[in-house]
Amino acid sequence: MNDVILHTSNLTIGYKRSRRATRIVASDISASLNTGELVCLLGANGVGKSTLLRTLAGIQPPIKGKVQLQGKDIYKLAPQELAKRLSLILTEKVEVGILSAYALVAMGRYPYTDWWGKLTSKDEKIVKWAIESVGATDLAKRNVSELSDGERQKIMIARALAQEPVLMLLDEPTAFLDLPRRVEIMQLLRCLVRETNQAILLSTHDLDLALRLADKVWLLTEGGFLHIGAPEDLVLTGVFTEAFQSEGVEFDVYTGEFHLHTPIRGKVSLLGEGMKVMWTKRGLQRAGFVVVSDSNSQLCIEVISTSEKVFWQVRYNGAVSEQNSMYELIRFLNKVAPLVR
Amino acid sequence: MFPIKHKFKNFSSTKIPKVLEINPLIFFTLLTGLILAFLLDLALGSVQIPIQQVVTILLGGQAEKATWTTIIFKFRLPKALTATFAGAALGVSGLQMQTLFRNPLAGPFVLGISSGAALGVALVVLTANITGVGVLFKDLGIIGDFSLVVAASLGAALVLGLVLLVARRVQDTMTLLILGLLFGYATSAVVSILLHFSETQQIQSYLQWTFGSFAGVTWRQMLVLAPVVLLALLISVMLSKPLNALLLGEAYARSLGLGVQQARFWIITSASILAGAITAFCGPIAFLGVAIPHLCRSLFNTSEHRVLIPAVIFMGAISALIADLLSQLAVRQTILPLNSVTALIGTPVVTWVILRRNSRTSFPK
Repeated sequence: MNDVILHTSNLTIGYKRSRRATRIVASDISASLNTGELVCLLGANGVGKSTLLRTLAGIQPPIKGKVQLQGKDIYKLAPQELAKRLSLILTEKVEVGILSAYALVAMGRYPYTDWWGKLTSKDEKIVKWAIESVGATDLAKRNVSELSDGERQKIMIARALAQEPVLMLLDEPTAFLDLPRRVEIMQLLRCLVRETNQAILLSTHDLDLALRLADKVWLLTEGGFLHIGAPEDLVLTGVFTEAFQSEGVEFDVYTGEFHLHTPIRGKVSLLGEGMKVMWTKRGLQRAGFVVVSDSNSQLCIEVISTSEKVFWQVRYNGAVSEQNSMYELIRFLNKVAPLVR
Repeated sequence: MFPIKHKFKNFSSTKIPKVLEINPLIFFTLLTGLILAFLLDLALGSVQIPIQQVVTILLGGQAEKATWTTIIFKFRLPKALTATFAGAALGVSGLQMQTLFRNPLAGPFVLGISSGAALGVALVVLTANITGVGVLFKDLGIIGDFSLVVAASLGAALVLGLVLLVARRVQDTMTLLILGLLFGYATSAVVSILLHFSETQQIQSYLQWTFGSFAGVTWRQMLVLAPVVLLALLISVMLSKPLNALLLGEAYARSLGLGVQQARFWIITSASILAGAITAFCGPIAFLGVAIPHLCRSLFNTSEHRVLIPAVIFMGAISALIADLLSQLAVRQTILPLNSVTALIGTPVVTWVILRRNSRTSFPK
């Protein structure tokens, strides 16, 4: 069996404003999505992630080229046939009125049910399976309007699963969620893609999570270029560094972290080892200090932990002071910073 | 073809509620309520007829007084049937519009249907003896009881046609809503101009029409009204599934496999035929169409159209019958304008129900 689910060749996406004027967002997109793959679509705001997703979802016809889902042009599939293969989750929070979570998930059976929308026992099995797959059994009876954003997003994913699609497209599914919920949803999607053998493409601004969880990254950059590869490939070829330089953030290829450009305010020596020192270093860097490990600086900090407490011993101009928290330490440094050379 | 099939066996047997739990008891109660309201509407009025006698007459038996049979068959039965149809039709029409436009303030007339009907009526009533329009109707031999109905239907159909024409070209439903409102304003403007140049007596008979009434429908007209309303109600019931999908918004509805453009066409068509037919025969009865869907959402605590549409049909019919009863009983020897009764009695009742359920969350935004 061919494991390519979605394939595009030389696709040009954009808007037809009028009969003559077209605005091209991106061109020459040749990409594919395979079974069991979680793919993250990254890119700055306004670069055309949503346009690309809409084009792949069959909502916005491409200017040129074809989108093929399991070998069939999605713009020639009947809406119902498309819905049996592809499901969609959008950023906006939907207010559905008074519906139970179960009823909302059951909506996923829409393309399969008769004119009255009656669920067969097979449909009900699939709905239950979808609810359990996202771990939302407890939510099933509750009213959708009572759910938190994270719970609602789980239910929306269950609804998308109940469509039994081969491809799920998600437009910033974690945009409104707090960090633990984002990790939870992303991990859920990763498990689902392995279990169900479908393909999942999601757009996100969570670079860190995408780098850790995605099987493949689609990075859409200014000018409509789509870079494709494993997250590590994009790092190693320097695509990542280049793409984010213009954004005002710096990608650290050694740690895989993003740094903000902070003006440098001075040099600090930091003595000690271990986890506490690592966090102290982070805090000092955040405050704009260059941290060195020799003790030659005008300002020297030592992290001292006893069995009772941790404190920071600061030597400055021969005077020694003790700070009891990172917050106090940074406040102290801010006070003396203009004097430090 | 689906790789996930084998997974279904693994789900545990946790009890999960079914989507659709139409309580048969509730619908039995609604049916009883409808029959009761219907019989009361037949029994009460300027001449009181005992309920048993009403039943006897309806079943074809001999009444104590022959005049009672005449009153029932000639006047009250067509009126009660009209009220039943009107309440059901306006409620369903309003429900469809509210869901389609995702707007709790929407009602049967948001697309300017009633304004179109009003224009038709105004043209006939206000220009009856001046211009050619009245003469035209006279020549066609329909200036009698049918003329107002025909004029109102033509007016409503004209606006509906315009809206559908625009709907085919406009992708965005909200644009359609705004255009509908604009059509309404334009037709109302023409009516105002006509009123400005009319005699007091003509204005009086136009105003009479705007008050709304169930009493004007004859058996001959019922032969038109009943099939039209029943057919449009049938279409509405068949639209339950698309309407449910639209609760999620158009983008999701499309992704679930709904042909949104086509569904929108049928929703607008059936809702407008319901609103247009009732307006043509009974005048513009505004309140029921907006209020009944809200009342039912609160009472039945669901947005599921497979429950709401039957519920709205029953509650709408019952409410219209009660409104008709009250319009006759409130003041002795006269009949109050129907529109005043529905709004004055209905507003506090519906307000109470909605506030009690705190239905802030009950409407899809």
